[in-house]
Amino acid sequence: MSHGHDSEQVGHIVPLWLLFGVFFALIILTALTVWTATHLHLGAFNIWLALIIASMKATLVALFFMHLIWDKPYNGIVLVGAFMFVILFLGISLMDTAENMPDMYEGPAPAVATE
Amino acid sequence: MNVTDTSITPADLGGYASREAESENFLSYPKGILSWLVTLDHKRIGILYLICILTAFFIGGMFALLIRTELLTPGPTIVDADTYNQLFTLHGAIMIFLFIIPGIPAALGNFALPLMLGAKDVAFPRLNLTSWYLWLIGAAFTVFSLVNGGADTGWTFYTPYSTQTDGAIISITMGVFILGFSSILTGLNFLVTIHRLRPPGMTWFKMPLFLWAIYGTAIMQVLATPVIGITMLLLIVERTLGFGIFDPALGGDPVLFQHFFWFYSHPAVYIMILPALGIMSEIFSVFSRKHIFGYKFIAFSSIVLAILSFLVWGHHMFPSGQSQLANFVFSALTFTVSIPTAIKMFNWLATMYKGEIVLKTPMLYALSFMFLFGIGGLTGLFLGALAVDIHLHDTYFVVAHFHYVMFGGTVIAFLAGLHYWWPKVFGRMYNETLGRIGAAIIFVGFNMTFLSQFVMGSQGMPRRYYNYLDEYTIYHHISTGGSYLMAVGFFLIAGYLLHSLLKGKRAPANPWGGNTLEWHVPSPPPYYNFKEAPRVGDPYDFSEIHWDERIEGYVFRKAEGSA
Amino acid sequence: MGKKHSSDGAGHAEHPKWMQHHFDTPSQQFASSKMGMWLFLATEVLLFAGLFCAYAVYRANHMEMFVFGHQFLDVKWGAINTCVLLFSSLTAAWSVRAAQVGQKTLMIVLLFLTMCCGGGFMAIKYVEYSHKIHDGLLWGTQYKPTGHAAEVIHGEEAHAAGDLGGAHGRVDAGHTEAEQVAAIEAAHGAKAAGDAKAAGDAHTAGDAHAAGDGNATTAAPPAEAGAMHATELPADVLAIDAAERSATQPAAIGPRGLVPVAETDAAHAEAGGHHWEGPIPDNVHIFFGIYFGMTGLHGIHVLIGMIILGWLIYRALKNDFSPEYFTPVDLGVLYWHLVDLIWIFLFPLLYLIG
Repeated sequence: MSHGHDSEQVGHIVPLWLLFGVFFALIILTALTVWTATHLHLGAFNIWLALIIASMKATLVALFFMHLIWDKPYNGIVLVGAFMFVILFLGISLMDTAENMPDMYEGPAPAVATE
Repeated sequence: MNVTDTSITPADLGGYASREAESENFLSYPKGILSWLVTLDHKRIGILYLICILTAFFIGGMFALLIRTELLTPGPTIVDADTYNQLFTLHGAIMIFLFIIPGIPAALGNFALPLMLGAKDVAFPRLNLTSWYLWLIGAAFTVFSLVNGGADTGWTFYTPYSTQTDGAIISITMGVFILGFSSILTGLNFLVTIHRLRPPGMTWFKMPLFLWAIYGTAIMQVLATPVIGITMLLLIVERTLGFGIFDPALGGDPVLFQHFFWFYSHPAVYIMILPALGIMSEIFSVFSRKHIFGYKFIAFSSIVLAILSFLVWGHHMFPSGQSQLANFVFSALTFTVSIPTAIKMFNWLATMYKGEIVLKTPMLYALSFMFLFGIGGLTGLFLGALAVDIHLHDTYFVVAHFHYVMFGGTVIAFLAGLHYWWPKVFGRMYNETLGRIGAAIIFVGFNMTFLSQFVMGSQGMPRRYYNYLDEYTIYHHISTGGSYLMAVGFFLIAGYLLHSLLKGKRAPANPWGGNTLEWHVPSPPPYYNFKEAPRVGDPYDFSEIHWDERIEGYVFRKAEGSA
Repeated sequence: MGKKHSSDGAGHAEHPKWMQHHFDTPSQQFASSKMGMWLFLATEVLLFAGLFCAYAVYRANHMEMFVFGHQFLDVKWGAINTCVLLFSSLTAAWSVRAAQVGQKTLMIVLLFLTMCCGGGFMAIKYVEYSHKIHDGLLWGTQYKPTGHAAEVIHGEEAHAAGDLGGAHGRVDAGHTEAEQVAAIEAAHGAKAAGDAKAAGDAHTAGDAHAAGDGNATTAAPPAEAGAMHATELPADVLAIDAAERSATQPAAIGPRGLVPVAETDAAHAEAGGHHWEGPIPDNVHIFFGIYFGMTGLHGIHVLIGMIILGWLIYRALKNDFSPEYFTPVDLGVLYWHLVDLIWIFLFPLLYLIG
């Protein structure tokens, strides 16, 4: 526990050029993701490309707009940890339903439905 | 022994000091009902929580008695089948969401955590009070469903039944949503408090193990509870707007609901049990008058349990249409949970080994905890085994298992903690003899109630059934008898605890000889917990704590001959 | 910057009025508040995780719903909204800087701009939502596509089958997006309305398409291509078809009926959503359910964020903030950034799947 004085500097002051630089990078990435989605036909890879670009944008926002790069590491760990648990949640649910879900839609159901 | 940190302060003189400080203890200062309702003091908020969750426990317990009475005979006994369904739903929902989850962390934890840490308060006192008010609002919604048609889905709210039944599902799910919010705020508050408000000298490995357990609990509260929030919201829009994501008739997937539900509700089970394990670590050490064995193992096992709790939710869904692969993975992962739990159990045993065991009421509860939680945990392995679970799923075996864990584990530990901290909270001693009798009655009553359920469950008696075959009658009789016995025990406990508030002997600062920081302040503690930054030592070093006949409590004194 | 002597006797003689008694230093208070906020943001991430999970599960297993459904979302509006939110994030981050360096007026202006961007975002959302509501493109039981295009075919049910074939033609020929949307709806409506009566004709139409698609995409094995138009088949043919495909797969049949969805329907969507050939996938309402669930919950968060910003402006006007104490601004802005962060993922996942 640090016992600093009351005048201790709290928080990092981000220079304006950096704020604007991040903003323009975000706009460019947005344009890029729209372009790749509408003009590049990569099949299943499109979604991953979109997710990679989105993750880059999210990283920029988190690091610079949200000050994580200058912050106590714990706060970053909290955010990354939250995302890890999201991935865990999605991953296991997907693992299960990928085995199961097609079953639920196939079979002789329509014969009953159209009668 | 050269422990320099535990020096004698005026507060060590216990009761004497506390009487001088009477005017500024947190119970009497400031005065007035309003000062309680807007209090930001963690100790008072803990007491507010305590009153509320004990009320919830009473209501849930009454429902339990009605359920057991109904099951005394096959067929109708006192209520009809629909009422019975509502009874077990509300029993489960109230006990889980209103009592056990906030029970130890929000009531006992709120009181003890800053004191044990050596902090003046939790990090966000206003948030703390907010979470209590949210509890009240959530409780109001939950209980409102009782008068508004009742809910008959069981506490799990499985779709598609919960989207079709005519019960007051929306109000009860809204209640669960709000209670979840309350739980999140408590956990968040504790995490920040433990991280940021440790006084100089309180390093991570000088923290009492109860705080490690609360820390693990808080991680789960923060990370798991939001998922039940969105699940409940989706259930509400499913019912009101016909959303269709969980409705097979619309192409939705009810198993997905179960994934959502158990992603929270399995960690929730650990939210319930982990603080109980923390209380046990305190009590076993203090009442064996011996340093806790394997401090770091116990500390880390709390964190490991918190993380493992997120990896095993599918074992609730073995026969629910979950895939073979997921079944297999979850069954295997479930067994890993036994490792950190067993680490704790064996370390407590090693702590007691060759200790000077003092069989006071908290220790009696702790010993029954070890017995009952042991049975609960081991039967959990039966249920985690895929093949065995197919037979036992949704039978009374499961009911008995989780009551052994939740009641035999958490509630018993809650009682242990309540008796352990009662003198500290209220500054009064309860009647020790009655306390021991109460503990014995609960132990016997509990085993009568639930051991018989193991037997009938393994013979095939399904849970949640209103009627049953004659062959199960004897077990139901034993079970119901045991529940009545427990009710007697609880009324006895309530009686002597309330009596102690009025007529109890004044408690010394340290009636049990504990060395965690809360025992270094008078009973009840002063409004501003510590007048000066507390000196932090090893919380499990009892070498300088001695019984003093004059105050009938322990005092801190350097042992003769020590440097 | 009013400082006053604290009277709690907690050891520190001089405390600014915003210092709480249980903290020792301002930086401790700041770090605690910030950590609390980050933990809260983690809970927000996990709150959305439920919806992301639903998205992932349905998308992974039934891509066709998403590919078909997302054509009705307007990429242009989505992209504009993304830029609006990004700009609001810039002004929000700038307002923290302004607070830190003591530019009070600038801070208030920037906070106000941020709030206005939030309002703009909600306005655009309102436009998008009202289109969806008008066209009946809603969730679950409320999913009743009734655009003006649907009216064209509702009048003449007898020609539903013809319209089904014709609709595809119009999709190909359509120039504006509105026309294409209308055509797709027409096709959809025709199927819903004329399933039984038009079974024979639709069968032919669907068959032709399936054959064409098989060549075009190469992704559809013949057996599954046959299943793709299963809805259009007479019941007896269908039963045989189903039996051939699998005797063991269970079917879930609800009171409102459930129709099969072929896994390869996705193959019929050409990128950009400008063509739709082959049968309309079933249960598209699930896509709209997830769309409304995600954007709705996000919208609620935008509204809450706007309220927080308004409260910050109010407190700033009251002179509550200074370069020494700007914690509420920092935390409120963190919340706003998280709302932006979630939209950054929502935009490609909902609007840009082709």
